[in-house]
Amino acid sequence: MLKYIIKRLLYMIPTLIGMSLIAFMIIQLPPGDYMTSVLASMRDSGVTVDEAQIERMRETYGLDDPVYIQYFKWITNIVFYGDFGFSFEWGRPVSELIWERMGATLSVSVAALFFVWGVSLPIGIYSAVRRHSIGDHVFTFFGFLGLAIPNFILALTLMYLSYKYLGQSVGGLQSPEFADAPWSWAKLGDLLAHLWIPVVVIGTAGTASLIRILRANLTDELNKPYVVTAKAKGLPEYKVLLKYPVRIALNPFVSAIGWVLPNLISGVTITAIVLNLPTAGPLLLRALISQDMYLAGSFILLMGVLTLVGMLISDLLLALLDPRIRFN
Amino acid sequence: MSGTKIIHKELETAPALSPLKTGGDIGSIAAAGQWTLIWHKFTRNKVAVFAGVMILLFYFVGIFVEFLAPGLPDKSKPQFTYAPPQQLEWFAPDGEGGTKFLPHVKGYKMEVDPVALRRTFTADETDIIPIGFFVEGPAYKLWNLIPADRHLIGPIDKNETVYFLGSDKLGRDLLSRLIYGTRVSMSIGLLGVCMSLVLGVVLGALSGFYGGWVDMLIQRIIEVVSSMPTIPLWLGLAAAIPLTWSPLQVYFVITIIVSLLAWTGLAREVRGRFYALRGEDFVVAARLDGSAERRVIFRHILPSLTSHILAVITLALPVMIVAETALSFLGIGLKPPVVSWGVLLQDAQNIRTVATAPWLLLWPAGAVVVAVLSFNFLGDGLRDAADPYGD
Repeated sequence: MLKYIIKRLLYMIPTLIGMSLIAFMIIQLPPGDYMTSVLASMRDSGVTVDEAQIERMRETYGLDDPVYIQYFKWITNIVFYGDFGFSFEWGRPVSELIWERMGATLSVSVAALFFVWGVSLPIGIYSAVRRHSIGDHVFTFFGFLGLAIPNFILALTLMYLSYKYLGQSVGGLQSPEFADAPWSWAKLGDLLAHLWIPVVVIGTAGTASLIRILRANLTDELNKPYVVTAKAKGLPEYKVLLKYPVRIALNPFVSAIGWVLPNLISGVTITAIVLNLPTAGPLLLRALISQDMYLAGSFILLMGVLTLVGMLISDLLLALLDPRIRFN
Repeated sequence: MSGTKIIHKELETAPALSPLKTGGDIGSIAAAGQWTLIWHKFTRNKVAVFAGVMILLFYFVGIFVEFLAPGLPDKSKPQFTYAPPQQLEWFAPDGEGGTKFLPHVKGYKMEVDPVALRRTFTADETDIIPIGFFVEGPAYKLWNLIPADRHLIGPIDKNETVYFLGSDKLGRDLLSRLIYGTRVSMSIGLLGVCMSLVLGVVLGALSGFYGGWVDMLIQRIIEVVSSMPTIPLWLGLAAAIPLTWSPLQVYFVITIIVSLLAWTGLAREVRGRFYALRGEDFVVAARLDGSAERRVIFRHILPSLTSHILAVITLALPVMIVAETALSFLGIGLKPPVVSWGVLLQDAQNIRTVATAPWLLLWPAGAVVVAVLSFNFLGDGLRDAADPYGD
């Protein structure tokens, strides 16, 4: 197992390097460098430009160096000092801005992941056991619909419906009156009242595909001779179902972390922009529009890393569950 | 699907292990080529066929936009902001107590709310605007080439306006804009798929055919690209487009961006098939016959993958349409005066606007969902039919 973990970790290194290259490319992409945008924005706001300070900043960020040295400086600062650069729009180091938002992104994604699991497990089992029943067809229909509706359209629709029929203005994760209040049960309830929309929006597509996978796997499993034997010897239905076939069909649930998580994080980004959640999405969009590139690049890099970590966890869990994987 | 009717003239000598139902003309099935079998299997999936018809319809609309739209997309009428949809009715009172056949819509009666100063429109039962087919309307150039002024449907009196699907904040006709948007949204997907097809097939083929370090390198690239969360990356790339670029340039760059992340699935599929086919008898035979590697790839292996590739790109198309819509919706993709479904949805960003004019969300969103759903069903059907020798 240790050997497997080490191998898996080593495999991550080239991918991480590739990701950091992509993020750095996005930082470099807009015309002009970081200082030109700083100068422009300083002149716009009427701040007198301090020549010495500019010179110092050019020095720090090595803007006159060739691109590969710039990349090297950028990445070593991140890896060894946790320094992601400086956000000129906020006038603060990127690392100060980013963690809180990434935390919220992670929490919403994880909440959505639990929603995906919690909903697709019972429905998947039901659909496999009662194949071609009316319930199965209804779930399949909604599943296809859930896969076809883009997140932001679903978010807009739910916002409109809840505005019109519940009279509740949704958006954000907290009502204004709770924003600065200390944690209490009422605040938690308020959080949950806001959280359900993003969680449903983000989780729907993943739920739909997981139901399909579970249904297919479980159907294969239910036709196997050992299930027939178990039934023949008079084991109760629920035991026949839950004891073996469901456990085997559960593998995709674990590997789902790997491929659902990128979708969830991706989904959180755009849904958060529509619903104005305090996650990385809205800040990323703002950073991109104002070309605050160190902030934007760091978000993109960290979202990539978050997905990689998710994939790592899912692979390790799978190896723990299934010895065939760790011994190959 | 014009290439599906090809029937190979040579009779197959192998026993016909056909998945088709018995009772048909056995001789013709045994002699049928691969594409005939695929077509047979595909047409048995009614949902997929229906979805295919829907897709053709979408592209038909996209081609004849100027003729199908009742008006021009940018024609604004400030007196009709957020005018609700008008219902097309077929019979009107003839003035003598009876009714006569006269397609028409009812005109608007405007009321101004004295407190909120908001205008509300209701149907004016007495104001009848006759509607005709193949009517003269605003002049346009079909495909920017052929000047014409006939429209499929529209008010008989050129100076009247009709809003079958309502109007937006500038009093522009949503139906016309939706139809014009169909061309942009559907073609972006098509162009993007062509681009990722080239990337995916070339890289996937290289990877699967040569194996070794080429495979290793390409696999790593695929892994990096496919494990990046797509939307943040799309945002990052799209935001770098200079504001000064012309709409056409932006259109092409968006197409490239959208296809840059979508080729990985295709490359994986192609690689897997290449891997499997590399050891097949017909490939070995071609090699022993002295075919060059390029010939083996392009003449022998790739043609046998066509049906699978077709299925994969059909499933990739909706992803691109959604990507374009999302980017334009956020304001960093296509921008007005270009009209796409995503640009139309920009108007629905504000929840209060949607509450006054729900049709601004309903119709563009509906178009996106129906298109995506149709592509998914069609793609599923094609994937099942791609291997007609299976069960």
